[in-house]
Amino acid sequence: MRVTLKILLVGIVFMLTFQNIQAQTEQDGIMMAKENWCTGFVYNYSSWNNYWEGTFKRSNANLGTVSTQSLAFMGAYGITGKLNVLYSLPYVHTHASAGTLHDMEGLQDASIWLKWQVWQKKVQQQKYALYVTGGYSFPTTNYQADFLPLAIGLRSKTASIRLIMDYQKKNVFVTATAAYANRQNIYIDRFAYYTTEMHYTNEVAMPDVMNAALRFGYRKKEDFAEIAIVNNTTLGGFDMRKNDMPFPSNKMNFTTVGIDGKYAIPHFHRISITGGISYVVAGRNVGQATTASIGIFKVFDFASARQKQINHQTNN
Amino acid sequence: MKKLFIYITIAISAGLIIYACNKNAPDITADVPPLQPQNIDLNAGTWKTILLTRPDTFAVAAPSAVTSADYIAELNEIKGYQKSLTSAQLNTIKYWAAGGVLRWNEIMRGLVTKYNLPAYQNPDGTYPIPSAANPFAYPLFPFANPPYAARAYAYVSAAQYDALVACWYYKKLYNRAAPYANDNTIQAKVPTSTLPSYPSEAAVMAGVTAEMMKLLFPTEIANIEQKAHEQELAMMMAGAATRSDIAAGEALGRQVAEAFIARAKADNAGKAVGTPTDWKNFETVTLARGETPWYSLETPKRPPMLPLFGKVTPFLFPAATVPTLRPGPPPSTKSQTLMDAATEVYNKIKSPSRENIQHVQFWADGVGTFTPPGHWDAIAAQDFITKNFSEVRWARNYALVNMALMDAAIVCWDVKYYYFNPRPTQINPSIKTLTGIPNFPSYISGHSTFSGAAATILAHIVPDQANKYWALANQASMSRLEGGIHYKIDCDSGLVVGSKVGNYAVLRAKQDGAD
Repeated sequence: MRVTLKILLVGIVFMLTFQNIQAQTEQDGIMMAKENWCTGFVYNYSSWNNYWEGTFKRSNANLGTVSTQSLAFMGAYGITGKLNVLYSLPYVHTHASAGTLHDMEGLQDASIWLKWQVWQKKVQQQKYALYVTGGYSFPTTNYQADFLPLAIGLRSKTASIRLIMDYQKKNVFVTATAAYANRQNIYIDRFAYYTTEMHYTNEVAMPDVMNAALRFGYRKKEDFAEIAIVNNTTLGGFDMRKNDMPFPSNKMNFTTVGIDGKYAIPHFHRISITGGISYVVAGRNVGQATTASIGIFKVFDFASARQKQINHQTNN
Repeated sequence: MKKLFIYITIAISAGLIIYACNKNAPDITADVPPLQPQNIDLNAGTWKTILLTRPDTFAVAAPSAVTSADYIAELNEIKGYQKSLTSAQLNTIKYWAAGGVLRWNEIMRGLVTKYNLPAYQNPDGTYPIPSAANPFAYPLFPFANPPYAARAYAYVSAAQYDALVACWYYKKLYNRAAPYANDNTIQAKVPTSTLPSYPSEAAVMAGVTAEMMKLLFPTEIANIEQKAHEQELAMMMAGAATRSDIAAGEALGRQVAEAFIARAKADNAGKAVGTPTDWKNFETVTLARGETPWYSLETPKRPPMLPLFGKVTPFLFPAATVPTLRPGPPPSTKSQTLMDAATEVYNKIKSPSRENIQHVQFWADGVGTFTPPGHWDAIAAQDFITKNFSEVRWARNYALVNMALMDAAIVCWDVKYYYFNPRPTQINPSIKTLTGIPNFPSYISGHSTFSGAAATILAHIVPDQANKYWALANQASMSRLEGGIHYKIDCDSGLVVGSKVGNYAVLRAKQDGAD
């Protein structure tokens, strides 16, 4: 049993991303307790000078540094201790430091996930757990996807399914996750475009995406510090040609390495701080981005609040 | 453990179900019905040609009689095809049956889109120039930018038109009916017509277009010849043409193309790139006039796009007419009027509405697109499809539209490099744009000139859509102001100049015998 699970943990490397924002809780091995609601904001800053046109890596003096800032409202709620609902909605602003292209900004895509703890086993000080996450995301505004690299998103309505396997021994953990995202066709503002062939329509078929991550680190109660290796692979799509414009259905692949953490301030209104930094170590048709994020979350415990209420009434 | 595998299986199955969702994004012209002309234009052999002095400049031998052994063998060949047509073959027939002129125009728009890619810089900050002599070397030849594209569309359309006029001349002269009319065991897989089938109009188009493409898109010859062969074979399999109809048509088409290729080689387009001395001279002359010259806003600075394209020989009027179509000068670069014009641009782009962004994107027609002339061909196609024109009339109408677009490019480029006027962003760098700034001077707007010309001739060809064409032309023109890449006066003057060019096409249309 243990050997099989370890093989699975090491062997399966899949997962999914959304273009800018990753809800940390959507991919980790942590559940909110029943009737606990954790919500907050995450600020994200991402920038790159270099990018890949297909496999050709270059800079572009007509873009300079391309940066994306976002502020996301996110959170998770424990329907039960084994079933959580999670959500995220970012406001995104993009900017190029050189050249003449205009900034873009707006509310991007809303995401909602259901996370289910399928199975859990504790053996002495070791814990094994398996989670399945199902998610859906959709654009909340009519933003323009066909203005890369400054578009705030890709507009594709996306359904995703993710497996999360978590192993913890004392305070050390490793999480392997794999996700598959189905992306619906999008509509752009022009009626002809070229991929590797001509298309006479404003509809763009968006290739699906696989995403995998391996995370490991230290975890104690609500706090954790981890190293994360994330890979995003577009299943299909096409390469940008040399000096061509990017397009939403490009094959956008990347691998990032980063660190993340969460720290609950002791005895302070159940407020916690999250933070992370990541770097694209390999990519294709994407920018070589460095991304930093910082967030603040608060937990509202309705279960214990009700218990207190009951206690209060009983005492009277 | 068993349970674990069940869960994984469920998850993977769910993934596969999602994966099976439809990803298809079909072309809007994929299901255009077969062309069934309202009028076969039997007398089109008398229409006024563009370069050919006579419709029978190139001889086509009389066909063999329908009772001859040769012809009967050709009918048997068709019957052989029709015995076992695959669904792929039926799809090919359906594709070409929508209209050869339409399909070739679509193929050509695809090639322009594919080749509309500016070169990446050299390590020293200069730019390589595509070479017709070495087309497969980077950067691939051609760079199908708007002037190049306008000229390419015009040559192909004009050559198709002359070739089809000649084709119709011989059709009427020899009057040999289609195979399905000569043998009732041959099925017509396309709508039947009383139009004689010798020489085949499909083969004329295939021949003339393939031959023109050798000049215009030399790296695509293999693909184009394959398409040409496909179109010809489709007509045979459809029972609409025999092998001799095809052979005579293709030969005629290729011969007519030679006349256009000879013109193209001498029309000055090959010199339009200019030399570093020419590029410097525009700057010197402008400075001598006391004005701020245009500078490339790209880094590294890119030489201006085809600065001598204004010297290309137009189709619709003599080269000497080009300077007479120049509008007066734009406001001085030192004047308050120009500062105000730049402020007007800035106010447009400060916080753009989604509707403005939509206009800008719809009309961007920049890098990696079929350019504004291709966009107007696409708009024209949508209406031509509903009009059920004969192939020769389709060709005539596209020839008028595309000659107007090419001549609009010539006149517009002449004006741009005569005044060498800076873009709004050069005057006020806080003007950020909603699409790339084209690498050539501002005054007058290319989109506006193209759109004025296209709307004028299209309003003549499809009068019931005139209001729509002008609404689109105005939208295209204003999109350049809304996008932050043109002053309003560039747009307004462009529409006026464009409509003047368009009027030459209307004049020709009234006299070509087809109206």
